[in-house]
Amino acid sequence: MPSPSGVSAPVSVKQRQPQPDGATGIPAVLMIPAVLAVGFLVLPLTALLIRAPWSSLGSLLSTPEVRDALRLSVVSASLATLISLIVGVPLAWVLARSQIRGRGVLRALVTVPLVLPPVVGGVALLLALGRRGVLGAPLYDATGVSFPFTTTAVVLAETFVAMPFLIISVEGALRAADRRYEDAAATLGASRATTFRRVTLPLVAPGVAAGAVLCWARALGEFGATITFAGNFPGTTRTMTLQVYLALETDPDAAIALSLVLLAVSIFTLALLRDRWLMRT
Amino acid sequence: MSLSAQIVIQRGPLHVDVSFEVQQGEVLAILGPNGAGKSTLLRILAGLTRPQSGRIVLDGQLLDDPTAGVRVPPHRRPIGMVFQDHLLFPHLSTVDNVAFGLRARGQSREAARRVAAEWVARMNLSDHGSAKPRSLSGGQAQRIALARALAGKPRLLLLDEPLSALDARTKLDVRADLRHHLADYAGATVLVTHDPIDAMALADRLVVVERGRVVQVGTPVEVSRRPRTDYVARLVGLSLLSGTADGRSVVLDSGAAVQVAEARTGPVFVAIRPTAVGLYRSRPDGSPRNVWPATVAGVTPYGETLRVDLHGKVPLTADVSPEAAAELDLVLGAGVWASVKASEAAAYPA
Repeated sequence: MPSPSGVSAPVSVKQRQPQPDGATGIPAVLMIPAVLAVGFLVLPLTALLIRAPWSSLGSLLSTPEVRDALRLSVVSASLATLISLIVGVPLAWVLARSQIRGRGVLRALVTVPLVLPPVVGGVALLLALGRRGVLGAPLYDATGVSFPFTTTAVVLAETFVAMPFLIISVEGALRAADRRYEDAAATLGASRATTFRRVTLPLVAPGVAAGAVLCWARALGEFGATITFAGNFPGTTRTMTLQVYLALETDPDAAIALSLVLLAVSIFTLALLRDRWLMRT
Repeated sequence: MSLSAQIVIQRGPLHVDVSFEVQQGEVLAILGPNGAGKSTLLRILAGLTRPQSGRIVLDGQLLDDPTAGVRVPPHRRPIGMVFQDHLLFPHLSTVDNVAFGLRARGQSREAARRVAAEWVARMNLSDHGSAKPRSLSGGQAQRIALARALAGKPRLLLLDEPLSALDARTKLDVRADLRHHLADYAGATVLVTHDPIDAMALADRLVVVERGRVVQVGTPVEVSRRPRTDYVARLVGLSLLSGTADGRSVVLDSGAAVQVAEARTGPVFVAIRPTAVGLYRSRPDGSPRNVWPATVAGVTPYGETLRVDLHGKVPLTADVSPEAAAELDLVLGAGVWASVKASEAAAYPA
């Protein structure tokens, strides 16, 4: 579609390759498994929409239990994201910029929670911070403070599982940023700390934002580590995902309604990230 | 004395070992081909790269001395630097870019912005004060980069190929601007460039660096009249011959003899302008004593004339008019006679 100036629109016009193999140009040997894969991924979500109790959705979502779970989920995921930003961004900088020895090992360690089954993460947290844990026992003896089965434990479990997403995202942004801006800042009298605050951080802000959204979404969906380390107490540790799991036994309609809310949050997250992930060609 | 630098560093296969001094108010150009280690020298002066050894002293303050363990970090050096592609911070407005250094060096936000706005006005860009760098043209961005470097009143100004990213017309404007601001600037300036025109137009003195070594130092006039290497000679458009003088006659390394304007003794260079070389189809009779046979090795357009490269015992470059070239039938490999008046052959000690 030529625009008035004669220059074609930059993005919307796609270059079409010649199509040798039927109308789509996709060989059958790839087409059939690809269709199966799409069906497998989309069908369950469609079922969720089909079976959703649309008419009673409002009342299902306005019970005190659901509202408590929703509030707890949002608050704890936001706190986990905040903690991840405060300690994760500096760690990403260390991984991307410093010359310290063992940086590769450090990165591998940081990445472990990404692939670790969350339940194992919960067990590990219990062994470290539980009332009899490596750090938890002396802490309890000294102050009487104990983490497990508190809202703090929910936040800690979510932080443990979600922070690596933020770190990896910010580290990538830091590696891609042009370091000569930092050189320029140094010649203008800015110390490394000032340079980080006034130049580096603004330059990688989109990467930090994307990492924070991803981290928040992962924290919101956290289940395994939370139920292991924090337990399942209404009002203090029963988050949305735990509520869904419980409701499935007693009130399936409520479980579906809650699942819809989480699905909506996921789609909203994708929309926020779309420029970075979905538009990749 | 303002800046005194002795710098040694190994960059891959290139061993850089260079010394120079710059007076207050003086503009020193470091001129050399790409890959000669010029930008590395500037980065070392700025403190962004560590030298292996050497000594850098600015106004009596020791900035670098690896053997004594002295290294002042870049942000503590009283310097300003302009980079090839301006490197204005993309998230800050024009004024905030210029104010950045003042803020980093401890001025209040208001004071820094006031001084920055004055600098932007001095660059005739007040209309663009709140614009982001991406909306500026290349020339405007480079002027703001200069303002940013100068606003902090540095004692040493470093210019790293400041004009080479600009198109030809913008380059002329920015070069004139730069010249104007450098004239007002009281500190020492080190300009790195591979463009002899930039160097000649902006610098009080040139240091020519090839393969990590200083091969020639002098004012632009000295360097352009008396080049000492083929690289410099080609830059300034002269043919450079080397040989041994005995009075007004110079015997070249190839065995040919050249009559020159002034009497010299010992090893000399002889520089000949392309316009001083006459070409003939047959050996000319009469006055010129410098007549040599040569073959045409290349013909390229050069302004309104043609530049002819000649091979032979006396390798020369000659500028001829297109009419003369047609008459002489200057095809590749053609044999011609070249002549140069002795008064046009400048000899100087090697």
